[in-house]
Amino acid sequence: MNQLSELESISVHILREAYANFKSLGMLWSMGKDSTVLLWLARKAFFGHVPFPLIHVDTHFKIPEMIEYRDRLVREMKLSMVVGANYEALEAKRTFPDGAVDRLTCCGLLKTEALKQTLNGKGRRMRYNHESDRYEEEENPQPFSGVIVGARADEEGSRSKERYFSARDNQNEWNIADQPPEFWNQYKTDFAPGTNVRIHPLLDWTELNIWEYIEREQIPTVSLYYNQGDGKRYRSLGCYPCTFPVESEARNVAEIIAELKVGKFANIAERAGRAQDKEDGGGLESLRKEGYM
Amino acid sequence: MEKLLDFNKEQMNVVFVGHVDHGKSTVIGRLLADTNSLPKGKLEGIRARCAAQGVPFEYALLIDALKDEQAQSITIDSARVFFQSAQRNYIIIDAPGHIEFIKNMVTGASHAEAAILVIDAAEGVQENSRRHGYMLWMLGIKKIVVLINKMDLVGYDQSVFERIREEYGAYLSGIGVQPMVYIPVSGRDGAGVAAHNGEMRWYDGPTLLQALDSFEKSRALTDQPVRMPVQDVYKFSDMGDNRRIVAGTLSSGTLQPGDAVVFYPSAKRTVLKTLEGFNTAAQSQVSAGQAVGFTMAEQIYVRRGQIACKVDEMPPAVSTRLRVSLFWLGRQPLTPEKTLILKLGTAREKAHIETIHKVIDASDYSAADGNNTANLKIEHHDVAEVTLRLAHPIAFDTSDKLPDTSRFVLVDEYEIRGGGIVLEALSDEVSELRDEVNLRNQKWIRSNVTMEQRYEKYNQKSALVVITGPKGIGRKRLASLLERQLFEDGKLCYYLGIGSVLYGVNADLKRRGAINNWREHVRRFGELAHLFLDAGQILIVTAVEFTKSDLAILQTVIDEENIKTVWLGELVTTDLPVDLVFDHSESDEEMAIRIKRLLQDSGVIFRP
Repeated sequence: MNQLSELESISVHILREAYANFKSLGMLWSMGKDSTVLLWLARKAFFGHVPFPLIHVDTHFKIPEMIEYRDRLVREMKLSMVVGANYEALEAKRTFPDGAVDRLTCCGLLKTEALKQTLNGKGRRMRYNHESDRYEEEENPQPFSGVIVGARADEEGSRSKERYFSARDNQNEWNIADQPPEFWNQYKTDFAPGTNVRIHPLLDWTELNIWEYIEREQIPTVSLYYNQGDGKRYRSLGCYPCTFPVESEARNVAEIIAELKVGKFANIAERAGRAQDKEDGGGLESLRKEGYM
Repeated sequence: MEKLLDFNKEQMNVVFVGHVDHGKSTVIGRLLADTNSLPKGKLEGIRARCAAQGVPFEYALLIDALKDEQAQSITIDSARVFFQSAQRNYIIIDAPGHIEFIKNMVTGASHAEAAILVIDAAEGVQENSRRHGYMLWMLGIKKIVVLINKMDLVGYDQSVFERIREEYGAYLSGIGVQPMVYIPVSGRDGAGVAAHNGEMRWYDGPTLLQALDSFEKSRALTDQPVRMPVQDVYKFSDMGDNRRIVAGTLSSGTLQPGDAVVFYPSAKRTVLKTLEGFNTAAQSQVSAGQAVGFTMAEQIYVRRGQIACKVDEMPPAVSTRLRVSLFWLGRQPLTPEKTLILKLGTAREKAHIETIHKVIDASDYSAADGNNTANLKIEHHDVAEVTLRLAHPIAFDTSDKLPDTSRFVLVDEYEIRGGGIVLEALSDEVSELRDEVNLRNQKWIRSNVTMEQRYEKYNQKSALVVITGPKGIGRKRLASLLERQLFEDGKLCYYLGIGSVLYGVNADLKRRGAINNWREHVRRFGELAHLFLDAGQILIVTAVEFTKSDLAILQTVIDEENIKTVWLGELVTTDLPVDLVFDHSESDEEMAIRIKRLLQDSGVIFRP
């Protein structure tokens, strides 16, 4: 088995363990390359099916192509799609693009807080109705006890200490110093009422593995990742006010792989285009402790 | 990085372990820096930050990415670092050395194929040097390098190196561990890590980097007997899919369509029909390490927790009693009173300690055993040899045969608090019977009419309803009424008093004194019930004060999932686990309705 197949098998195993152990399971899908690979791996694990809802936390500042791409795949793959947001903050215009708060606070409100409310079932939640072809508000949103997330260990320091199955308490907080042990394909699948578990099937993947797998499997990805002729492309997708394209000539997956292997990005961190990481030395780590992905 | 990297190279996970402050993180930082494996600007960035904060630069800072950790200057969790050599790609796992974080060390080490054990030349062998050595053995890691670090602090003195090598080597060989090589290094000066610095001309062995590259990657266990712990059986009916797929990861062996497969502990057999996948070319064979799925020629009952094996290969053991070696991470002592959950493969079973044979002291690894085993207690971070008792039998291997299916963890109050390896399969009360039943299942001439076809035709699944309780409480009346009602509903059912059997099939036992032959009586009754169930019937049986061990016999002879137990009378006077208990407040009709509801809920009969 080559390395990609090995990674694939481990991720599939983890996805199946998650499905067997959590009654109320969902998977975060940001439409980025990592969580799209995760979606693909779910179809591998469940033989073409995705037997749980996908969850998108919509900041309403996402690049429009991402939303178009999301809904196209939802229709094509007959996915169960749930969308949540921090409607209070959006309506009150307490956002960075509105000039009300700084970048990190904005992330905290539109991502961390929105995610919390979406997962615990207390916030407003929309679900795609395949018959009416519309998003409709869920009448009685139920909490998710397990949520599958596409975090990778190579992204930045704090993510390298994640477990495959990582418990969060009812405040959604992550106690890094006192994590449960995890060994021999045995994960934490027992949890006290009120806690929820994040499942990380992509922990061992690198950015390059992700692209190689996209190439091997011919996974449909959003066009923003490729240079459309203006010499720019997104390396990592986020909200348009805080995510910037990088200079790159790569027009397709093969060219991105070449760029990562021997080209200009061979030694530059992926999240270099994310402004919120730079505001404070350990910004992302602080966010993650409070529940950021 | 000057060199062009080959991304098609193989990958190996390596863990660094050792006592706190013996310099693991420094050696790793040095290894990354000296092999040009750091992202651009990382080294300069940290040097700059140190300068700004007025603290001396340390190589360890390179991987101490978390704030918490930098504040304490110790590694609290296993961090992963990616690194490449000319030979292959490595994932380096920096395991914490502090005693409090042993569970994180185990987490890190269990994902590794090779281990680097670091000992401080000035401090010598410490508590966690020994503990980690023992853990590596238990975790099954065989590729071990011992680094004698901080040689600069002892003036690169050969005699210091030799003394520690001797002392630690004696300890390791006592627990059956043989390291590949001992290397004197200085993480701070870079000596012996990626290159020699000329300070230790008396040492002519490999550098750490050379030692790592000399390891041969272990191959997947494709030539071993097949083991596939069943994760699930899927039937996703949306989009018109009618496949019923058994899913799991093959931990050893190879499988292909047409193979005769057998599932343990049930010992049910079938033939592998097709290998299933998504977005992949048709597979003719799958092998160890792969996550797989297959359909079966015959729809036998398979569930999560069983192990799929190949007929005619070495079968796994099946029992409720296991002799194991385990480590305990819980703060409360592990005692026989504790009810635990054992997880092995995908099986999950209630467990408790039957006997503690030996406890090895965590700090110096001296064994306490001998005559006084009754008072043994397994404390935080202890290692022990015990006999575990499970509520139901599971399939497993012993650690001398196969690694994956001989490893388990123990869950205590939602947390994984222990782990270990199975040393021996011990027999239990029904071991002999289990073997007989397996043989019976093998030799059984299977009907051409499948179980599924019967279920569909009769609109019911087969089941055994055991109605029990004290004498004279009305078991027989209730059983007759239930039989009548099911019959009126159009179900195939039959009521049989366990006593009736005593005058027919078991008349010979009665002659010899039924009490002495009670177990055999129950066994034969079970075989009779098996016939009814195999024919698709619902069998109702009454018996006086049925016990757990009676039920264990029935559960061995017929599928446990098909047995329902009902107790009549307020107090359950035996140790029987029951599905329903009736006090005197309900009429026979009400009780019959509740039994029917139980059958509906478990899918035996369907709601009208």
